[in-house]
Amino acid sequence: MSETVKLNYTVDGDDFLAAGTASSDVKRVLRQLGFGSDIIRKVSIAMYEGEINMVIHADGGSVEVEILDDRIKVILADRGPGIPDVEKAMSEGFSTAPEEIRDLGFGAGMGLPNMKKYTDEFYLETEVGVGTTVTMVVYAA
Amino acid sequence: MKIAEVVTLLNAEVLYGNDLLNVEVESGCGSDMMSDVLAFVKDRAVMLTGLVNPQTIRTAEMMDIKCVVFIRGKNPSEMILQLAEEKGIAVLKTAHGMYSSCGILYAAGLRSDGSAL
Repeated sequence: MSETVKLNYTVDGDDFLAAGTASSDVKRVLRQLGFGSDIIRKVSIAMYEGEINMVIHADGGSVEVEILDDRIKVILADRGPGIPDVEKAMSEGFSTAPEEIRDLGFGAGMGLPNMKKYTDEFYLETEVGVGTTVTMVVYAA
Repeated sequence: MKIAEVVTLLNAEVLYGNDLLNVEVESGCGSDMMSDVLAFVKDRAVMLTGLVNPQTIRTAEMMDIKCVVFIRGKNPSEMILQLAEEKGIAVLKTAHGMYSSCGILYAAGLRSDGSAL
């Protein structure tokens, strides 16, 4: 593979049960392209947490994935409420997710920390009332 | 430990994956919080959970978890079983609660980090 593979997804904000389908598809493509399982797992987990976040907090959004030989870049963009205190949001255990989301197994305050933990580069741009864009890169070489 | 042993130890019912019983699991975890599973679990684990929704299977898929056990006799929906089939993840059901299920597998040598007893 020498050309960049680009994938685009729309994440439906109304369907919690379907959250993760985009990450699942990326996992499939990365496997087909022959990436190692550690790399694939890192990308899948980070993107999956991002997808879940979009459904919980932002009424959905879009995901753009760029796959190169030596790196995989995932850009998650939403037009949600934005994050007022990024430092707090990045700390493990802090969550603003409602109780019903906890009942669904999420909202433990591990989403953003997990995304950072599993990626080699992590950038978060956010503006209250405008939205949030997270860019993550996992090195494959 | 093979999934077949997990079935025997937990006196579990195989809801999906009769052809996966020879698959090895190397570690175990028990949680109802999927984000905790995504944060800490090691490779080739079996996951015990009391949470019954499709995100348990999605989480297992992302983590390369080979087997999901629903505790306390909880019944997953047809949608959950379909997703498990699609992803090749064994689904078991046990009457034991979380504490007992974890204890039984732990006592049989299954650790959270995959190390042997």
